[in-house]
Amino acid sequence: MILVPCPWCGSRNSQEFRYVGESRARPDPATATPEEWRSYLYVKTNAAGWATETWFHRNGCRRYLTLERHTVTNEIRGATKPAAQRRTAGGGA
Amino acid sequence: MAAMNGRGHHKPAKYSAFTLVRRGLTGEPWPRAWRTHDLRPSYDAVIIGAGVHGLATAYYLATNHHITNVAVLDRGYVGGGGSGRNTAIVRSNYLTPEGVRFYDRSVKLYERLSADLNFNVMFSQRGHLTLAHNDASLRTMRWRAEVNKLEGVDSEVIGPDEIKKLVPFMDVGDDTRYPILGALYHPPGGTIRHDAVNWGYARGADALGVEIHQNTEVLGIDVRDGAVKGVQTSRGPISAPVVVNCTAGWSSLISAMAGVELPIITHPLQAAVTEPVKVFLEAVVVSGTLHVYVSQTDRGELVFGASTDPYASYSMRGSLEFTEELAGHVLELMPSIAKMRVLRQWAGLCDMTPDFSPVMGVTPVDGFLVDVGWGTYGFKAGPVSGEAMAELIATGKTPEIIASFDLARFAEGRLVGEKGAAAVGH
Repeated sequence: MILVPCPWCGSRNSQEFRYVGESRARPDPATATPEEWRSYLYVKTNAAGWATETWFHRNGCRRYLTLERHTVTNEIRGATKPAAQRRTAGGGA
Repeated sequence: MAAMNGRGHHKPAKYSAFTLVRRGLTGEPWPRAWRTHDLRPSYDAVIIGAGVHGLATAYYLATNHHITNVAVLDRGYVGGGGSGRNTAIVRSNYLTPEGVRFYDRSVKLYERLSADLNFNVMFSQRGHLTLAHNDASLRTMRWRAEVNKLEGVDSEVIGPDEIKKLVPFMDVGDDTRYPILGALYHPPGGTIRHDAVNWGYARGADALGVEIHQNTEVLGIDVRDGAVKGVQTSRGPISAPVVVNCTAGWSSLISAMAGVELPIITHPLQAAVTEPVKVFLEAVVVSGTLHVYVSQTDRGELVFGASTDPYASYSMRGSLEFTEELAGHVLELMPSIAKMRVLRQWAGLCDMTPDFSPVMGVTPVDGFLVDVGWGTYGFKAGPVSGEAMAELIATGKTPEIIASFDLARFAEGRLVGEKGAAAVGH
């Protein structure tokens, strides 16, 4: 069992979460070419080592989190609230 | 060791009932199935990964195109990755016409492989059942059956009564959590001895002069002016005009060495095997809804596989969640095996693509070819992939049968959606 330290709920079994994928910068939909947009959708670094990922606490607070996870050992060294949610989240709700 | 070194063709000991008896009586030792070699500074082609895809590519390069100055490199040993960790199921009942044609060619090659390689690969075409537990999957089964028939592949949708005849231990009642409404029955599907396929290809390629280098890790790929020049390995550099990536779970890392990005995520896939019992299960049984597939080996063990672990990882450790979930789902199908014990479990790495189809052929780097993205369905495609990749290397032209699996399809938005037939249905 892998314990995921949800920044809102604390340590929980990874089965409560949905793995969304490695975090990548999203191009501006208004200006991105189809190739750029497809690259954003499909191309992955797929690192064997430390990776920054987005997870979703599906069976918990139903909020997104950013995780630093080692993809070979599954060690987790940091879980943070995604930048867009940090202002309003404040640990409550 | 001297006898095992040396180059070029050599005649391996022929395997037959006669030689078995003769060597049994005389006690003469069997020669090694393939030789070891010193690494040479250059080859016509370097294949990375000594699994079924890499070895089959080397074998068909030698047999179909007479190109034998080839090195197959592997960080570990022959068939130590996905080729030796899969659940050894072979079938061709896919969803898209290009998928069906492709896998059907593979089944045809597997059917004659024992004779071609003089190596018993134990291909057992015992029939393959994909169960439908809801209307949506029954519709997909019907769709697959009709596409299969159009392509000349034997598939039919059957009802619970016929399923019960094929698998008497199956609970086909309507009082279960996921009642079985029907199944896609595919008589040519079955199982094979995966290790024998790897060893047979290795032995066949070696006999024709291909060099297999185990314990030889690729550390870098040399690219100059947009073309591949060779590889750096743990045993020294090699120059080669063609480098083929056949590495499955590690394919992103190898491609990154050549500066090629792939649309691949590596997920572990766990499998388990029970203690051996008398043979009672003839067909291969697959349930996409229950995320499980079951077959019984000739030795009597039940082999179970599941869906991939739900997050990207290069870890091959087993998990209790997997065993618990698997056991629950298997018992849903066959309650009477509740007292059987799991002997062992293991995991392999799957290189998953967004459309559940592989990535094969040329890349933006001249001479750097890929045969990757095989996800959870790579073993059954070994022979046809090897044949097609060998043709591409020898002729420089992409064969029609793999044209739609090119890397450029992702940038151009031409995905080949096989999720309906490949996601769990092994």
